[in-house]
Amino acid sequence: MAVLVLADHDNEALFDATHKTVTAAKAFGGDIDILVAGKDAGAVAEAAAKIDGVRKVLHAEGDPYEKQLAEAMEALIVPMMDGYDALFAPATTMGKNVSPRIAAKLDVMQISDISAVESADTFERPIYAGNAMMTVKSSDAKKIVTVRGASFDAAEEGGSASVETVDAPSGPFKSAFVEEKIVQSDRPELTSAKRVVSGGRALGSKEEFDRVIVPLADKLGAAVGASRAAVDAGYAPNDYQVGQTGKIVAPELYIAIGISGAIQHLAGMKDSKIIVAINKDEEAPIFQVADYGLVADLFNAVPELTEAV
Amino acid sequence: MKVLVPVKRVIDYNVKVRVKSDQTGVDLANVKMSMNPFDEIAVEEAVRLKESGAAEEVIVVSIGPQQAQETLRTALAMGADRGILVKTDDTAEPLAVAKILKGVVEEESPDLVVLGKQAIDDDSNQTGQMLAALLDWPQGTFASELSIEDGKVTVTREIDGGLQTLALESPAIITTDLRLNEPRYASLPNIMKAKKKPIDEKSPDDFGVDMANRLSVVKVTEPPEREAGEKVEDVSELVSKLKTKGAL
Repeated sequence: MAVLVLADHDNEALFDATHKTVTAAKAFGGDIDILVAGKDAGAVAEAAAKIDGVRKVLHAEGDPYEKQLAEAMEALIVPMMDGYDALFAPATTMGKNVSPRIAAKLDVMQISDISAVESADTFERPIYAGNAMMTVKSSDAKKIVTVRGASFDAAEEGGSASVETVDAPSGPFKSAFVEEKIVQSDRPELTSAKRVVSGGRALGSKEEFDRVIVPLADKLGAAVGASRAAVDAGYAPNDYQVGQTGKIVAPELYIAIGISGAIQHLAGMKDSKIIVAINKDEEAPIFQVADYGLVADLFNAVPELTEAV
Repeated sequence: MKVLVPVKRVIDYNVKVRVKSDQTGVDLANVKMSMNPFDEIAVEEAVRLKESGAAEEVIVVSIGPQQAQETLRTALAMGADRGILVKTDDTAEPLAVAKILKGVVEEESPDLVVLGKQAIDDDSNQTGQMLAALLDWPQGTFASELSIEDGKVTVTREIDGGLQTLALESPAIITTDLRLNEPRYASLPNIMKAKKKPIDEKSPDDFGVDMANRLSVVKVTEPPEREAGEKVEDVSELVSKLKTKGAL
């Protein structure tokens, strides 16, 4: 058996979601190859080759792969799948965008966002915002899955796989990259951070969000998250959203500040090791999942906490 | 320009689902059902395209049981022009749904298909991408902004690090994210008008699609229960507890 793992990266760094996907692929079994498709992404291919348990890295270069456009990725990967029994992609926005196209072309029903590998044809995945766990058995000849990062540990480094260059179709394709607005930050990335500080609607404004939440996150070396309500209100950018349809996180420490705890938000963070909730409404549902709940006015409590840690 | 919007009938997003004790699924008896929230955003976007003059007709399609007609009526009340119900009592997996939609696209020849990025019941997030692949169309998934000028589709997408803008050739597939728009509530007069709008009935057989599932459900279980912890009195107690746990 052989598995192709799709690497997520920005042409400079290999994202941690890839390491987690490798761990899931190991549970599936067989030889593991990683596909790095990008532009000037040699360093990423080298990084992928260092992941323990990888047979080889396939490196595809070209303009359409700089942003891993779905139409180009489909043209690249579908023919490659002749040599593989499974495709494992991280359930990042890149993986979610690309993987179903390949599944449809191969006439395979994708298994999205798996949280466990039970056997070579059976997988567990959350449904209904994580309010139920479904175990499914696939009858398709090839398995196409996306992997929920929060459910798998990152594969360690220590390997020394070979890197092979592969030809990549150059198009033309029917989509073109125009521009990107990526927030540059020194903070850890939300889905792989050990600590996350999240703010909700109770912050009341972007100014207060930045004044209250950000210093605590900086002091803790934490990533910043937000509830959907806070993002919708413009207090925080869209990629901060934690929840069913946003990012799924499982840090060592999750601090929810002024977040009531709608089921859609809980879906994104309830696998965190320790959950702290600070909210002045003692009936807020967030307290039902919190290890430590503090009923207090966040505008007093959070600066005090920032001072104390 | 013609816009096609597929809509799905799902458990209302406010309902807390209960897993059946025999582990075969979740309990759908007497549970409030609604249009998938992402599909509402898709309908709203299509209706806005029509209102702005960019689109002439908005067609909504639903694949599901007879009751999915109510979901179509909701979309018609929001401003869609006509509906298609592809009636089936089978569980329709995203791959089968995408194949049926391909058939609908071939009959209706829309210039744009706008879908919700995921349904909040099975959370698969794949139908739009699959349809794009089956049609060999470009895709703009997780859209937060959409503009159409001279047949050129420009879409801004919510991606992990921020926002990405793509230009797509037409015809194209768009899937909606939360912040694309805020869907309207249908007014009473529009709900009344929607009752007179036509809904065509079809079956998966009309499109030659085999509904046999590729995934069989082994079991559906409750997620691991998280116990509520303790309340702390003040910040200093919180800090000392976290230190004891090694979290700080």
